[in-house]
This record gives sequence, structure tokens and C-alpha cells, in this order.
Amino acid sequence: MSYENEEFFAPGHGMCAGCAAPIIVRWVLKMAGPNTIVVNATGCLEVATTAYPRTSWKVPWIHVAFENAAAVASGIEAAARAKGEKLNIIAFGGDGGTVDIGFQALSGMIERGHNVLYVLYDNEAYMNTGIQRSGATPYGAWTTTSQVGDANPIGKLRPKKPIARIVAAHNPTYVATANPAFFQDFKRKIEKALSYEGPRFLHILSSCTTGWRHDPSKTIKILKLATETGLFPLYEIIDGDIEHMKITYRPKEFKPVEEYLKMQGRFRHLLKHPEYVQKLQEDVNKWWEKYGKQ
Amino acid sequence: MNAGRYFWSGDIAAAEGAIAAGCRFYAGYPITPSSEIAERMALRLPQVGGRFIEMEDEIGSIAAIIGASWTGVKAMTATAGPGISLMNENIGLAVMTEVPIVIVNAMRGAPSTGLPTLIGQGDIMQAKWGSHGSYEIISIYPSNVQETFDLMIDAFNYAERYRVPVIFLLDALLAHMYEKLDVPPQEEIDKRVINRKKPTKPPGETLIYQPDEDLVPPMPAVGEGYKIHATGLTHNEKGHPELTVDAQEKLVKRLNDKIRKHAREIWKVEEYLTDDAKLIVFAAGSEARAVRTAVDMARKEGLKVGLMRPITVWPFPHEYVEKYAVDYLVSEINYGQMYHMVREYASGRVELFPGMGGEIHTPQQVLRAIRRMIE
Repeated sequence: MSYENEEFFAPGHGMCAGCAAPIIVRWVLKMAGPNTIVVNATGCLEVATTAYPRTSWKVPWIHVAFENAAAVASGIEAAARAKGEKLNIIAFGGDGGTVDIGFQALSGMIERGHNVLYVLYDNEAYMNTGIQRSGATPYGAWTTTSQVGDANPIGKLRPKKPIARIVAAHNPTYVATANPAFFQDFKRKIEKALSYEGPRFLHILSSCTTGWRHDPSKTIKILKLATETGLFPLYEIIDGDIEHMKITYRPKEFKPVEEYLKMQGRFRHLLKHPEYVQKLQEDVNKWWEKYGKQ
Repeated sequence: MNAGRYFWSGDIAAAEGAIAAGCRFYAGYPITPSSEIAERMALRLPQVGGRFIEMEDEIGSIAAIIGASWTGVKAMTATAGPGISLMNENIGLAVMTEVPIVIVNAMRGAPSTGLPTLIGQGDIMQAKWGSHGSYEIISIYPSNVQETFDLMIDAFNYAERYRVPVIFLLDALLAHMYEKLDVPPQEEIDKRVINRKKPTKPPGETLIYQPDEDLVPPMPAVGEGYKIHATGLTHNEKGHPELTVDAQEKLVKRLNDKIRKHAREIWKVEEYLTDDAKLIVFAAGSEARAVRTAVDMARKEGLKVGLMRPITVWPFPHEYVEKYAVDYLVSEINYGQMYHMVREYASGRVELFPGMGGEIHTPQQVLRAIRRMIE
């Protein structure tokens, strides 16, 4: 049954113009339908969609502490199962609440095999508290805690945590990376994730106009470039079979990473240093050499 | 920072005060309203040869500064409500292993996520009792930006002098409020900076938890050749676990006594018009600013009212309360915390004027509470 023509995530919320997170949540809920409970970690999504007297959530919604969306979802799932109820239990977390502080709870949830869909909307920093770096912030990005200056001209020095592959190593039934700019692929993966039993994980890239410092009208264009440059590959992994990870979109011709970088203020400093841009390009090339044939 | 006049928030003053005190390591995790301390440290520590790291959560943050402190560096973290709750287990570890660290807690409306951007004073009891067990820590709480800078030097001095975690309380109002302040020349600050005692005996002859007469053991750094064996288990003077009644009695009593016996050296209290007061309003942090105005207004009405502001919140400065045989009105942004401490020591009537959080009382509200209590 499809609920594509219905809305379970109402408009009128306070998310920024150009933020990709509401697109993601809206479509996850459209595909999931009304028989759904949402667990929401602390973050922009929680803060900006729920302030009295308005809420965007037309399904039951629980805000939890920053670190334990997956644990609360585990509790709901186990109790619902004991009562013989069949529900979609969906946890939404940002990158901080998923790859950093919430990682332990996520790891435990998958290991125990809870029947939960965990959706990571990844805007690559702590945007809710003012753009501090997270484990998902990419190499070379400026944030307020990966400052750029004489002591460090690069910004963040380490690459992004490969969270989808880390999660896949726990053998959940379904893991996929997705990007709202590749809409059919994105929609199909949500549908597929919902069709599986057991722990499932969607890693969805979500641009942030204030944190990435980009023109709010360019959200989809920038997200598209993230994948067309090879920086954010789209793939899926079934039953934790990382060896047979399936790439679902392969750019015919990769665009240079600069095209993606130059549209965002957070990388502005990097463009003055071709060697750092080159390093990022090489990282991308290596990834595709290693995994691109799958 | 160069000496001079600046226009800073409480958060920036806390960061700059820490650097002036010699702090060269910061590990933290973003949380409103303390994130600006981390941001300032991320920018400034590399400029002064220090190191900033952002951790994966608050548990990691405090654990990292405990580790860093063992290398001999002055280390701090900053957080707020949910973060300080996560840190509490390791605050107990730092107490038990006697590691000098400074933890800023910018108090916001609580419990839970509460009011992230607005003031609360609900973590005052938690600062003392947050971790499990019977222990003493030191906690100080400024009420303006200048004092935040100045007291940060004291915070590090206490941590180093007594080998104890110091909980530096701010509140959301003070953390985000900008005021002018004067930064003294670094040479002047350096004159009052205290560093931890180092062992005077060579490795082999030193027991790392053998206290001097002041009950504080000298602290070697890792890598200096001393046999460091640090554990959260009850331990003897060698640092080895000794799970006996005697070892527990000796260690835990000393951990408490090293603070209690020096309480008079630690206490800082501001008194305003208390000499002839019939009623003293007891208030701390941002709340004390409104109370001060209320006291002035009450005096204009001929009411003999004063303000007592604990700058040192823990150990609780009870002798100041005991000094006056008057009534106390405790004005605080919680449902009664310092109130219980004042009640324990005051000889007259004690009343609470609470606020649940989100804003401080207005001076008019405090004045009405004063009038009610006097009538």
C-alpha cells in the first residue's frame, strides 16, 4: 500500500529554506504510512519541527536524549513485539547523534537484531549547536571547531567516518546510502528498507545551507554533485554482505571534486591550496578503484 | 591575550581565563550554551601551543582531560545539563584518582533537554553530589564576565593545589551575555598562578598517593620515571587496589578532609549591605544581579536588607551564613537547592523564592518577596 499522496510530515515547520532534511523525512514517512512510530534524537529536526503550538508530526513521535535514539527504538520494538503488534519503528538521527554520541546505542540495536529502520540524515556537522565538526565532517571542511588559520590551513584533518560500511559490518538486513537528488534511487531504497525485517539503516546525505554555506536555491544541485564527483557513492548492502556491496549509481563521467567544493563556503579556504583539493580527489579515486566494480 | 579592555561573553571569558591560567588542553563536545567555549578554544589553543580536540561525546571529553592531566598539562572541558550528567561517573574517577581538572557547566533550564538556551540554576546540588559516593569537590560560580575571567585562574589554582576536579558553574545568561572586562597583563596573572606539587623524592622512593601534611600528595606526570598506578578502586598510598575497610576509611576520609580542612582558604563570598541587615537575600550567579538591585530598592523603602552571594558554592561557605542571626531569603532558579544548605546553618527563619527556569527574577519580584517576608 502506498501513501504517496498523503502527508505525515506537515509543512509549516521551522527548518531552514533549502535544508534537505525535511525532504528526507517527508518521503520516508510517505513510504512508511500511518502505522509508524518515530523516535527522534536531539538535533535540528527535533527542535525545528515541534515547537508549540505547531508540530509537523502526524504519527506518534518521541524525542529522546542525544545519544540513545536507537536504544529507545529498541525498547519500543521489543515491547511492541511482546504485545504482538506490527509497526514501522523508525529512528531519525543526525550525524552527531548517529556516528558519534549515538553510535554505541546504534551498534547495540543492530547486534540485538531489533526490527527498526534507522535513518541517518547526514549534514556533516553539529548544525543545531552552531556548526561544530562531527565524525561525519569531511576532510578539508571548515567548522567552528575545525578552524582554518595559520596553525591549520586545512580545517578538518581526517576523513569522514564510513558509517554505512561500519553499520553493515554488524550484519543488519539492509543498509543503503541515498541522496534526495537521485530521487528514484532514494525512493526505491526507502521502500526497500521498509520491506525488510530486522535492523535496517539508511545513510542519507542532507545539505545544510548555513553550515555548508551555500545558496539555499542550490540544495539539489549540490547534493547531485556530491554523488557525481564520487564523494558520496550510492550503494546498498544486503545482510551485511559487504563483499557484494552493490553500487546503485555509477557516474558515466566523474566530475572533479572542485565543482562540488566551490559551491560551498565551508571549503572556500581549500580552493587556495590545490594540493589539498588534490588529496581529496585522490581519496575519491582510491575509493572507486577499490570498490567501484561492485 | 594582550592586556586591555575587551567585550566578551561569559563563554569567551571562561576560555580566555583558562588560557591565562595556563590551560593548554581542551577536550569537549558541543552543547548549548557552552559551545562557544569549545569554539574559542579550537581557535585559540593552537595559537598558544595547546591542543583542542572534539570528542565523540561528553564521556569521552572528561575522560580525555583526565588522561591529559596525567601528562602534567592543565586541562579542561565545558558542557551543560545533559553533558554534565554524562560526565558524572568520570568526575568521581577524577576525585578518587586525584586528578586536577576544570569542568565548566553552563547551567540551563532542566531537567533533561529542558531549556537549552535559557537560564537554570538546577545543577547546584548535582555539582556536589552528582557522582556516586561521599566526596568533596570545589565549585565556584561567578556573576559577571569580568569575574568569570578572574575566577577561572582561581579554578585552575584550586584544581592544581588540591588535586581535585573543580566545577566552574556558569548559567545560560552569563554564558551568552556580553560585557566589557579588563584583562590584566599576563605577568600579573602569572604571579598568582599555582601549579601542582611535584614529588621531591626520586622514583623508587616516592609513593604516588602518599600525602604531605596538607593531605595532598605531590603529583608526578606520566613518563617522568615514577611508578604511576592510578585506579578508581579503593587504593593504598602506592596506588594499588586494597579493598578493605581500613583502606577505604583512610582514603575516602582524606579525599574529603583535604577540601574540608582548607575550606576557609577556598571560600569566597560577596556581602552587600549585610552589616545592619535584618534580612539577607542569598543568591548566586546571574540571579544575584537582580537581587542586588532589589536590595537597593528595599533600602530606599527603609527596609534593612542585604545580599549574600556565594562565589564558592562548594564547599558550602556555612560560616558566612552562621555569622548573622537574621532571617534569610534564598532566591534561586530552581525549586530549592542552596535553600537547603542555608536552612542547615541559619539560626533565623529561612524562606525560598524559587523560579523554575528560563529567566531570572526581576528586581520587583524579589522586592515583593522581601516585603512579604519582612511583614
